[in-house]
Amino acid sequence: MSMVTLQLGQCGNQIGPDLFGILSSDALHGPRRSYGAASRERFFHSTAHGDLVARAVLIDMEPKVIKQSMAKAAASGTWRYGDASHFSQKQGSGNNWANGYCVHGPRHREVVEELVRREVERCDRLAGLMAMMSVAGGTGSGVGTYITQCLRDTYAKSFILNHLTWPYRTGEVIVQNYNSVLTLAHLYQLSDAILVHENDMVHKICSQLLNIKHISFSDVNRVIAHQMGSVLQPSLSADSHGDYSRNPLGELVSTLACHPEYKLLSVCTIPQMPSSSIAYSTFSWPGLLKHLRQMLISNSKMEEGIDWHVHPHVASERPRSLTGTSFNVSLANLLILRGKDVFSTETGGFEDPALYTSWLSSKEAFNTWKCPVPFNKYEKSATLVSNSQALLRPLDTMVGKAWNMFASRAYIHQYIKFGISEEDFLESFTSLEQVIASYTQLS
Amino acid sequence: MTQSVVVQVGQCGNQVGCRFWDLALREHCHVNKKGLYDEALGSFFRNVDSRKGDETACGVGGRIQNLKARAVLVDMEEGVVNELLHGPLHDIFDSTQLLTDVSGSGNNWAVGHMTYGSAYREQIVQKLRRAAEHCDCLQCFFLIHSMGGGTGSGLGTRVLSLLEEEFPEVCRIVTSIYPSVEDDVITSPYNSVLAMRELTEHADCVLPVENQSLVDIVTKIQHMSHGGKPGLMIKRDSSIISGQGVLVGAERPFDAMNNIVANLLLNITSSARFEGSLNMDLNEIPMNLVPFPRLHYLVPSLTPLYTLADVYIPTRRLNQMFSDAFSKDHQLIRADPKRSLYMACALMVRGNVQVSDLRRNIERLRPSLPFVSWNQEGWKTGLCSVSPVGHSHSLLALANNTCVKPTFMDLRERFNRLYRKKAHLHHYLHVEGMEQSCFSEAITSLSSLIEEYHHLDVNKGTLMHDTPRLSICR
Ligand SMILES: Nc1nc2c(ncn2[C@@H]2O[C@H](COP(=O)(O)OP(=O)(O)OP(=O)(O)O)[C@@H](O)[C@H]2O)c(=O)[nH]1
Ligand SMILES: Nc1nc2c(ncn2[C@@H]2O[C@H](COP(=O)(O)OP(=O)(O)O)[C@@H](O)[C@H]2O)c(=O)[nH]1
Ligand SMILES: [Mg+2]
Repeated sequence: MSMVTLQLGQCGNQIGPDLFGILSSDALHGPRRSYGAASRERFFHSTAHGDLVARAVLIDMEPKVIKQSMAKAAASGTWRYGDASHFSQKQGSGNNWANGYCVHGPRHREVVEELVRREVERCDRLAGLMAMMSVAGGTGSGVGTYITQCLRDTYAKSFILNHLTWPYRTGEVIVQNYNSVLTLAHLYQLSDAILVHENDMVHKICSQLLNIKHISFSDVNRVIAHQMGSVLQPSLSADSHGDYSRNPLGELVSTLACHPEYKLLSVCTIPQMPSSSIAYSTFSWPGLLKHLRQMLISNSKMEEGIDWHVHPHVASERPRSLTGTSFNVSLANLLILRGKDVFSTETGGFEDPALYTSWLSSKEAFNTWKCPVPFNKYEKSATLVSNSQALLRPLDTMVGKAWNMFASRAYIHQYIKFGISEEDFLESFTSLEQVIASYTQLS
Repeated sequence: MTQSVVVQVGQCGNQVGCRFWDLALREHCHVNKKGLYDEALGSFFRNVDSRKGDETACGVGGRIQNLKARAVLVDMEEGVVNELLHGPLHDIFDSTQLLTDVSGSGNNWAVGHMTYGSAYREQIVQKLRRAAEHCDCLQCFFLIHSMGGGTGSGLGTRVLSLLEEEFPEVCRIVTSIYPSVEDDVITSPYNSVLAMRELTEHADCVLPVENQSLVDIVTKIQHMSHGGKPGLMIKRDSSIISGQGVLVGAERPFDAMNNIVANLLLNITSSARFEGSLNMDLNEIPMNLVPFPRLHYLVPSLTPLYTLADVYIPTRRLNQMFSDAFSKDHQLIRADPKRSLYMACALMVRGNVQVSDLRRNIERLRPSLPFVSWNQEGWKTGLCSVSPVGHSHSLLALANNTCVKPTFMDLRERFNRLYRKKAHLHHYLHVEGMEQSCFSEAITSLSSLIEEYHHLDVNKGTLMHDTPRLSICR
């Protein structure tokens, strides 16, 4: 099955090429033909000349980034973007969600819908749509939200996943918390699941695991792309009977986001190391999974600096406050194993009921996907996609900061100018407080 | 890509403007090796084929024919503009972009604002419209003027409100040169206060620059270059103060000072002209830095200003650049932002600098910088990959900071000293359209602006608690 990706704003359009880059080289060099074929069908179509073209639509309100991304893809020599599957304007949304959502989105709705429709029609079997963007700017967040809303109307039955990049806490955009609150509150009503990468976390991975000294956005983006790739590349679930060509988005949503109150997914991957060291390292599955499990329950996105003192409690004994507990309770987890010996690997540690809420059995809450083809140079790798309290703290911080700013009505005039009222803000705050309350009550 | 139009009014405005054009040409020359008219050039220049006449501009991608500045030059005297037309830059302007008169405004705001404002209104609007029509996506007007004279101050602020009327959607960023205490224009406090009210009401952002700061910086640089400490040498090819643009050779008074302002403009527009891994469009400046509409005065600081010969190791120099941006002697007004309160701060970086450098320096500097309670992380950052000529990197910081308050209070004090004695008042009052109430309203406007900054300052010390959050009923 195939999925169509929408890249929105600078962030979406900078991460996108790295993702397709990894997907194409992985599928090209993969030893298993059925794996490679499934991957290609999923993310690319081939032209008459045999070119690999990404099933992607590129959208930004300014031209510079799209131009760079198109060129970067073309220069790879292995894949490219469709010649006519991008849309840009001359002037960005100026970091203003309202400008993106109320002005640019509606103004360009038809063009964008047409681009998406063409891409969808190229798919024999549509698995769903994925929109990639940051929440902090104006285009990705505002136009992205508006377009997601349009997609929801047009493709009512399809799965829609949003991949969101959350900003560095000390920002690059001062109104980032406002833009994030507005985006998340709206997407929560529209999207089937929201997969989040926090720039701070990824940055840490670059510095502590990959030992990169001068970290650039492309370093950060390669990590995000690697993690996304390891989630989205073909794999086998218990009931797929050796067939790689399943619906990745549909299964992701049905295993992880079965309840409308809980849609926030986080990802962690192990191992991650400088590519020069990969060849000299060996890993055992028990070792990797032991680390990954502890990363999950102690809520650290890296194997470095894990808190080994965090232990699961029986549900009734858990401390019940947002700040008090350091134990990360899950609603659902999906473990994806790739590489050698995956079928004989023991994953029982993730089935422990103490990891989950009391109202779902761990059989329902935990799933594994496996694939014997190693991913992106790692002989063995494990990725965990988790619907848990992992994003509760950063979400709460984000809403808290936006709320403080809102209390003094700072910057509100910039939003009112484009038609977003104080009531709209209040509504968004209310619905996110609801999300925070729901996740808090998991423990 | 978007375009911007520079509107330079009065002697100061035109002199600063021309330094900008000269250095902008030099920068593009340096980057654009192929001689093709690219989008970066297109943001501030048109490319016209002179054989076909002015109206046929050549599109992006062709060879550079004849570059014309996207500018409107206004002066009520002929001197400066005439000099320009006979100077090396004459090629980039044509007569349709110019508007001059012969008699000047006599350092009288009222003459500029009222008399000339009314007489030339139609012509100005027509020239602005024409410049706007040459753009396919006009993003920003840059108004350059001084506060102390008559034309820049009076007519300049009149132009500002015309821009608001005619192009309400287009961002208005004003660079205003504030007079020094020893300014030779006696009426400069009147002119400045009258202009302030217009700026507060009609600009999206104002970048205040004090002549005294420029003098201090230039003096210090000259001192250093004439053998200050051994081992410290000024690189002569740095564009910050030396006037070596592409076209203009010999230096004139004010040139060194104006080069600094021109560099401010080069840096603020760099991200709109060139690419980068974190673009910062011009309309993001007011969006991020102006929390309340009237409080839109953004204090600029520029580094490196005192380009020393390379004696430091690279990362130390980079960190030093970030520290310098917050030190007193790199501010373009005389103020100490560290001792006042930040509402927001933008760091616009050019050259070979990565996010990790930004993050590290923000983390390092944050503890020493007081931010308003509701914007503890009020940082806006931009990364542009093209560095200024002669430097590997540079930084422009724009601070929305209460440190502008003393400057404004000082101005009010100088105004009141004249106003109490009614000195020179009759020169203003006999201008048609000018009334005493203009003075009282202007000073009230300034006082309430000062009061607004003051209000923020006094609450600075009091520890603000988080606002109680919305509670949800389940
Ligand atoms: N990880 C990552 N984050 C990025 C990248 N580019 C931008 N961001 C983040 O995205 C946010 C800024 O949003 P942008 O994507 O630049 O904004 P935009 O969607 O283009 O919207 P406007 O420019 O306001 O029209 C900040 O939080 C940045 O940290 C990138 O390449 N990688
Ligand atoms: N920095 C700088 N200040 C100037 C320049 N020319 C004039 N000024 C200042 O501008 C004020 C006088 O305004 P001016 O521009 O000469 O008058 P106008 O032509 O009537 O607008 C005084 O404060 C001068 O110090 C200049 O080229 N550079
Ligand atoms: Mg953008």
